Amino acid sequence: MTDAEIPPEGETPPEAEAEIDDIPIVEPDPEPEPEPMPEAAAQLLAQLEKELKDGIIEAGHTFGDLVVRVAPEAWRKAAEVARDKLECDYLSFVSGIDWMPAPKVGGDDTEGDTSTPAQPTETTYGVAGSDGRFQVFARVSSTSRHHGVTLKVDVDEDAPTVASWVPVYPGADWHERECWEMFGIGFVGHPGMRHLYLPAEFEGHPLRKDFPLLAREVKPWPGLVDVEPMPGEEVVQEVIPE
Amino acid sequence: MTAVHLPLAVDAPWGLIVAIKTAVVLAIIPAGALILGYVFLLKMMSHMQSRLGPMDPGGFHGWFQLIGDGIKFIQKEDIIPAEADRRVFMAAPVVVLMSTFLLYIVVPAGPRLVVSDLDVGVFYALAVSSLSVIGVLMAGWASANKYALLGALRAAAQLIAYELPLVLAVVGVVIQAGTMNLQGIVHFQQDGSLFGWNGLGFPLILTQFLGFGIFLIAAQAELTQTPFDMPVAESELVAGYMVEYTGFRFLFFFMGEFGTAFAFAGIAATLFLGGWSIPHVHGTMADVLGPIVLFTKVMIVSFLIFWARFTYPRFREDQLQAIAWKYLIPLSLLNILATGIFKVVF
Amino acid sequence: MTLDFRTEALLQKHLADARINVELETEGMVLNLGPQHPATHGTLRVVVKLDGERVVSADPVIGYMHRGYEKLTEYRTYPQITTLINRIDWLSSFANEVPFIHGAELLMGVEAPPRAEYIRTILTELSRIATFVLFLGEMALQVGAITPAFYGFRDREHVLNLIEAATGGRFHPNFNRIGGLKIDLPSGWIDECRRVMKKIFDSVDDFEDLVVGNEIFEVRTRGVGVIPAGVGAAYGVSGSNLRASGVDWDLRRDGPGYLVYKDLDWKVWTHADGDSFARYWVRMQETRESARMVIQMLDGLPAGPVMAKVPRIIKVPDGEVWVNTENPLGEMGYYVISKGATGPFRTKIRSASFSNVSILPWLLKGVYVPDIITILASLYFILGDIDR
Repeated sequence: MTDAEIPPEGETPPEAEAEIDDIPIVEPDPEPEPEPMPEAAAQLLAQLEKELKDGIIEAGHTFGDLVVRVAPEAWRKAAEVARDKLECDYLSFVSGIDWMPAPKVGGDDTEGDTSTPAQPTETTYGVAGSDGRFQVFARVSSTSRHHGVTLKVDVDEDAPTVASWVPVYPGADWHERECWEMFGIGFVGHPGMRHLYLPAEFEGHPLRKDFPLLAREVKPWPGLVDVEPMPGEEVVQEVIPE
Repeated sequence: MTAVHLPLAVDAPWGLIVAIKTAVVLAIIPAGALILGYVFLLKMMSHMQSRLGPMDPGGFHGWFQLIGDGIKFIQKEDIIPAEADRRVFMAAPVVVLMSTFLLYIVVPAGPRLVVSDLDVGVFYALAVSSLSVIGVLMAGWASANKYALLGALRAAAQLIAYELPLVLAVVGVVIQAGTMNLQGIVHFQQDGSLFGWNGLGFPLILTQFLGFGIFLIAAQAELTQTPFDMPVAESELVAGYMVEYTGFRFLFFFMGEFGTAFAFAGIAATLFLGGWSIPHVHGTMADVLGPIVLFTKVMIVSFLIFWARFTYPRFREDQLQAIAWKYLIPLSLLNILATGIFKVVF
Repeated sequence: MTLDFRTEALLQKHLADARINVELETEGMVLNLGPQHPATHGTLRVVVKLDGERVVSADPVIGYMHRGYEKLTEYRTYPQITTLINRIDWLSSFANEVPFIHGAELLMGVEAPPRAEYIRTILTELSRIATFVLFLGEMALQVGAITPAFYGFRDREHVLNLIEAATGGRFHPNFNRIGGLKIDLPSGWIDECRRVMKKIFDSVDDFEDLVVGNEIFEVRTRGVGVIPAGVGAAYGVSGSNLRASGVDWDLRRDGPGYLVYKDLDWKVWTHADGDSFARYWVRMQETRESARMVIQMLDGLPAGPVMAKVPRIIKVPDGEVWVNTENPLGEMGYYVISKGATGPFRTKIRSASFSNVSILPWLLKGVYVPDIITILASLYFILGDIDR
């Protein structure tokens, strides 16, 4: 192939477009052999279990990082334990996850646009599992001990509220404001919940999976446009004889 | 008023003389502003910042840039904010420009080239230069803009605070020269001698170096130039008290600022560097060479003013006031004391 | 007494004015800094309540540049996302791609060849130098000195030319690929890089003389905007801002290990004061340190391919990964949740300036108006980083 024909990295040539849907989504092993938890993560988990006892529902690890899912009642206590006992003084972020699979763009009957990555249609949860659709997760690390932990908590879909971390980490203020406006999850004890990025009159919670990406709804992605017609070649309307 | 002898020794009616003098001063203000603006603001600043500045307008290194800017300003739409106090808003630039005009009246450019040879020249000059504070306050208040108000309030505090060091620094010169008349001070420097050798005259900067320093610092503050440009802090208030002014009103402020810089440099050159005088040159020759010599000395002093402007960061308002009240005023009082003692003893 | 109608109207107007003056709360003037303001680095709006020249309360309003990146990543493939995230922190755009690409590579189990890792590190450090040299100039501008800003831009040009020669883009290189880099370095680039690093050393020395040695600059920045270490960490302030408060924490050294920092001999700079001067000083030293690191890497650049074997259509297996790196502005991280498709299921983008700016309401209480500008300049945020 000449240089002109080699498609740029990452883009799919028209012939290959049809292949994307044929390639099966890489399914994980139904019953994978769980990798052993690294030493450092196991120690942190032990400390957390000692303090929180029943508060911890499940724990996992990804690439060396500890991920712990706690019960909703223990969310603020988990923050306090992380700050005081694990010496995690640094707050990275607090955010949310919506585990519902995104509805197909344009509805189930349409062709959909070929460029949006097709996600699996059954709901699966990630590391440390989940109880339902919404989760709030946060990452704290220690500047002195150089370790960190990711904490997750389940949020009830019908009454989505979670305890606020602002009394423990003042920086959670803005993170929780963003989480509320993007997911609709309320935070009990937040000093003043209001919009952060979006204007005050905005309706809806954009990062929820059922909130559509309006640009794609208005006009589906045209796919790969190979060559645009030259200015004179495009015929929109036949010449109407007088 | 006696008939003034022109260099060409022509007797002319009094009205014509006044008209000519007014025209000359009115022409010098924009000319001085243009020259200072071009040489220092456009070219010297650019070269210090490793760039070229305007190169195209007029062909040779962009000398036409500022004149073109002036023409552009004049033909702009006159925008006055709806909430502004119209009469005060329109009057403010005129007040500032008036004080600049009044300053030029006493600066001598030759033994006979002075608009008005007042006996209290120094006193008059310093008094009249502080009229611009009123203009600044009027501008800031009438603009109906919080940023302008902040700038005007800062300007009021700063300009009034720095009047004192300005005046006190000059008192040493007056004590040494024995007169407040500017021509008298120039003659004192021209006819003076250094340890018996009068090749250089006796420029007062040699003994009044402290006064010169304080005068320049205070002048920098009076002109609201960095490091004392809190009222016009570009990165905070954008243009401070001038922010709502556009078109020819802004041109008046601009001319006022640079015209006053020219005038202050002229006064500093007259008081400390000898003004228009070169030793041993008198009479008609002095009338011809005087303006050129004065111009050279003015450019040297302006160079110092603008060099400091482009180099230093700006002081915060409280630090600014501290410098004026806690350092400059005691120093200038010390200067007066020392000058007085030396004058009496020697 | 009866007045004619003109005087009557004038009198009524004055009375109305007097009434308003009484009703006005004269003790709190609300000043709106931004969103268009020369000092706020973009579209940041800070609503401050002033008492004279002192700040009573400050409330940053952000979101004028919110582009919805986290939503957009759910509709894009991994290579397409590389183009998007370049634009988060646009001054050091190469550095934005690195954590995301690294995360995708971890999930896929792909390792970039050593030469690619070295070049990635060199380009990351070059973007750090470019960002910091600009900072050195434009913080001086905010404090009032107009000249250093020009020097900052001029010296940044040298580094941008280097980045353009290697990647094709000055501002948005889009050079990383999952598995390595798009293309190898052009010939002569290494020598040119050495020359530019020498210029950077001279330039930083200039800044040290001109700005740091200036008494007015010191008086304006020392003691202004002190962030205690504990408060800073609790707010999520990171990067040079936190190191200027004395916290010895640098993700290049203390993180799980990414790129080739562990092979290099370098030190982490901290300062005990935590004020605006400390933040300036730390970044100045880090610029020099980055230049030294680049020279070491140029000397030890391994040969080999720059791209590992990856399938043409990237499908990342199921999993979650958290990757955070020491970007010039602070800690930038991506939490990527993948469900085996060609694009991620959810990406949480943790950007540094978001947390750096969140401390402003606490930090700005009781400072003077000119100090607001100094503090904003010393925190060094980029709007794209705050607003994503």
